[in-house]
Amino acid sequence: MKVRGRMMLLVTLIVAVLLSMLSYKGIGAEKALSVNRIEQGLDLSGGVDIVYEADQPTVTDAEMKAAISLLQGRLDWSGWTEAEVAREGDKRIRVQIPGVADAEEAIQEIGQTAQLSFVDEAGNVLLTGDMVKDAYKQVGATDPNGPSLPYVALEFNEEGKQRFAEATQNNIGKVIYIVMDDEVISAPVVQTAITDGHAMITGQFGGEEAEELASLIRAGSLPFNLNVIQMKNVGARLGADALSTGIKAGIVGIILVLVYMLISYKLLGFAADWALVIYIGLELVALSLFHVTLTLPGIAGIILSVGMAVDANIVIFERVKEELVMGKSLRAAIKNGFQRATSAIIDGNVTTLIAAAVLFFLGSGTVKGFATTLMIGIIVSMFTALVITRIIVKGLMYAGVHNPKYYGLRLK
Amino acid sequence: MKIIENRKKFFILSLLIICIGFGAMFVNARAGKGALNWDVEFTGGTSMEIDLGGEYDGAELESIISEATGQSSPQIQQIMGTNGVAIKLQSIDSPTRVALVEAVQAVYPDAELKEANDISGTVSGEMQQAAMKATLIAGVAMLIYISIRFHDFRAGGSAIVALIHDVLVALAAYALFRIPVNNTFIAVLLTILGYSVNSTIVIFDRIRENKDNFRPNQMAERINKSISQTLARSINTSLTTLFTVGAIYVLGVPSIKEFALPMMVGIIAGAYSSICISGSIWYTFLPKAEKGSNK
Repeated sequence: MKVRGRMMLLVTLIVAVLLSMLSYKGIGAEKALSVNRIEQGLDLSGGVDIVYEADQPTVTDAEMKAAISLLQGRLDWSGWTEAEVAREGDKRIRVQIPGVADAEEAIQEIGQTAQLSFVDEAGNVLLTGDMVKDAYKQVGATDPNGPSLPYVALEFNEEGKQRFAEATQNNIGKVIYIVMDDEVISAPVVQTAITDGHAMITGQFGGEEAEELASLIRAGSLPFNLNVIQMKNVGARLGADALSTGIKAGIVGIILVLVYMLISYKLLGFAADWALVIYIGLELVALSLFHVTLTLPGIAGIILSVGMAVDANIVIFERVKEELVMGKSLRAAIKNGFQRATSAIIDGNVTTLIAAAVLFFLGSGTVKGFATTLMIGIIVSMFTALVITRIIVKGLMYAGVHNPKYYGLRLK
Repeated sequence: MKIIENRKKFFILSLLIICIGFGAMFVNARAGKGALNWDVEFTGGTSMEIDLGGEYDGAELESIISEATGQSSPQIQQIMGTNGVAIKLQSIDSPTRVALVEAVQAVYPDAELKEANDISGTVSGEMQQAAMKATLIAGVAMLIYISIRFHDFRAGGSAIVALIHDVLVALAAYALFRIPVNNTFIAVLLTILGYSVNSTIVIFDRIRENKDNFRPNQMAERINKSISQTLARSINTSLTTLFTVGAIYVLGVPSIKEFALPMMVGIIAGAYSSICISGSIWYTFLPKAEKGSNK
């Protein structure tokens, strides 16, 4: 028995140490599964979060896709490569740019409408993007003996067709600039008049760039405007402050709980503290594993769940105490304590889980982050309280700590 | 413990606190400040948090903001313990926001924009609806779960009454301390709900377990006994949770303080309601024959 008890303690000790190391340092150079790999939300990293809405009652999927690639393209061109663009609901698009120094500049830059125009050497606008019916990527030889290259094929509408025919007629031997948002993207020399309403943009670009350009041009002829309906901008310093104070608060809170448990429940408190260390390690690894984006309320959720994690232990230990007072043997008291406390712990946690799940499905943004960390916290804490603490307490008992006094029995 | 015997005193105390909360809302509403300190997320508009980097003159700041935005009555509130202000406006666009910050910086060179939020009317309307929906769905789901687990609709019902109590006490805190009501509000409410139900369930679980130790007409004794048996747990758990949330409140940045304060109030209210209110309500719902000697 003694050997078995010591083995149980040794294993839990190793688990605690390994988990702490894993959550702190992670695996390999990538620091996989460590706290370093936990993604930070905009309220911690600083940055801007914008939601756009199409100003038309109905939009098609193709139009939304074009709008998304338009925004993505503009962000890439402006150098905000970390930005994320995602569709939300039917006609909304959420853009998130982490760590951006000047959010307003970003908003104004991506808020411009893409203007495609064809300009002659004198600077006269010959044709604009809204006369483009379609634009798509093609691959082929752009001159009879040349290599096969990607290019963007354009198709004009009736008005565009006429205008383009005129423009090419008047500019034979000259350059027509194809300009997008004041940037010249192609400058072909006109060979002959083009009257069939088709044109192509060639240049030094690969297949992906041709695809992107084509969708940018298509987006330039989007039949709707994108209005900003929601904007949140968090300064980088505020985000950094929020993160560091959040971590500090977490550490202080955890130490207070550890000390309180030790004082209130002596040896059992020590077991609970041990389990709590494992709990924190598991929680951090889980956040990293499930790619949870950590937000400020998310940190609050974690800290809150630490307070609640010991609740299950408290319910159990109070039960053990009672059993001891009733004169049960130590072994029976521990067995009954865990058994009888289980139903209350499960019922209590399931209801909290219900609240967290509702928040998760109905909440948005930062609230979702809070719900996620709370849910993970509840599930992990139930496991550590019911399984890990039991192993540690039994381990201590088997290893030779038999005096009921250490388990909370006070003789009055 | 004589909880059931003193139930009327507990009910009165709770009603008093809740009434103070509603009173504060009424007074605030009459003063034109809104019953609660609604944030732009619920009303629509623009809010900005600016750190002025030093002492500032409130009246001067107001005139700078009015001039830059063309709005006659911007709401300006100092953020406790800092040189920062929270400004609430009707929605303004990006160029106006830039102009506003530049105008402030022209007078206060160290001023720094910390946070800006702009919410349109459609989004704020959706948020209000989502908040209502979330609270209702969570409440109903918990009621169903408790009723099934305790085979007793009265148990579920009294747990829910205790919940409504906690939400109203938390609301009183929002009204009295003018805590901004934004989207963390829903998170705070639902966490309090979950937390309070958890405590109530530990007690109800005991009442269920003690069934064989008491005669059917000894419900008052049975409830009292169960509450005493679980009292140490109720207090200890509330304390450990208060430690962690308290640490957030003391050390956190303003936006997280706004989250921690009502949470602390809710935790205390939850502990109180699970000990003094939920069992008492269950008792009140019981048929006369089970109530026993305690009237």
